[in-house]
Amino acid sequence: MELISIDGTPKTPSVSMNPQTGLIEIKGRSIPENSIEFYKPVVDWLEEYSKGTAPKTVVNIQLEYFNTSSSKCILDVFKKLEMLSKDQNDVLINWYYEEDDEDMLEAGEDYESIIKVPFKMIQIVD
Amino acid sequence: MSLFLEQCFNKMNQGEVLVAYKGNIDADLIANTLKMVELKLDNSDVQNNIKKKLYNVLVEGLQNLYHHVDTPLDEVQDDETKSNFGIFILNRLDNGFRISTGNFVHKDKVSIIKKKIDKINSLSAEELKEFYKFVLNNQMFSEKGGGGLGLIDMARKTGNKLEYNFFDYNKTHFFFNLTLFINF
Repeated sequence: MELISIDGTPKTPSVSMNPQTGLIEIKGRSIPENSIEFYKPVVDWLEEYSKGTAPKTVVNIQLEYFNTSSSKCILDVFKKLEMLSKDQNDVLINWYYEEDDEDMLEAGEDYESIIKVPFKMIQIVD
Repeated sequence: MSLFLEQCFNKMNQGEVLVAYKGNIDADLIANTLKMVELKLDNSDVQNNIKKKLYNVLVEGLQNLYHHVDTPLDEVQDDETKSNFGIFILNRLDNGFRISTGNFVHKDKVSIIKKKIDKINSLSAEELKEFYKFVLNNQMFSEKGGGGLGLIDMARKTGNKLEYNFFDYNKTHFFFNLTLFINF
């Protein structure tokens, strides 16, 4: 299985996914007009990854902000992780938010209440 | 620019203008607008969390225009009505920012949009949160994007009621004006 590494742009986040270490990172801004197209490779990769996972899967989400079409796709990514977790895999989602960013914290809490995967809310302090 | 659109534009424009645009709305325009607003606010006294809220709501508003314009196919054949035409204005007021967007919608959609906004405006912050989560988790994905989350998200992030107007354009189309406020 291949490692995925996508550079960030002004409208899309950087994505890195490592099947050996089980480390998945999505960072930056997610505001593309067509989010489904952007997130499809991520969702497909997770589908493939579920067939042979690393001992522990750690997902770091550090978004500056995201649009509502991305929010649907992020939920889709999390639903794949939920499936992994249901299959007795060790999965953790680290949700990063800046100190004064209540909106981002709340967004993380929304997902936490929908998805049955352990979440850790991590405040970024400058 | 037709007189009708000129009048809509003037009704929408109040206070100190940071950006005002009327014309074709495409992906590049949205990216450039965001970049410009970020540059303008770079060295301002506006708090970071408010800036982020503004960028977020601005993108949502602009992408609403990008995805949901109904261009009227009538006797008016000037540039504005042929393209994916929209208007948006970002003003800085004494106590916050005001974002006003405008686009043509078919008359059949007016009551649906009204009903949706009136429902959103009737909800408390806690109810909005629950409504957002419900739509997020239950609505189908659409190629157009948010599946109806945009307006709910804007109301939630701004913490203010959504203001709207429908200006009568012709027999088949209205000009839909949506205004959002972000408090400092």
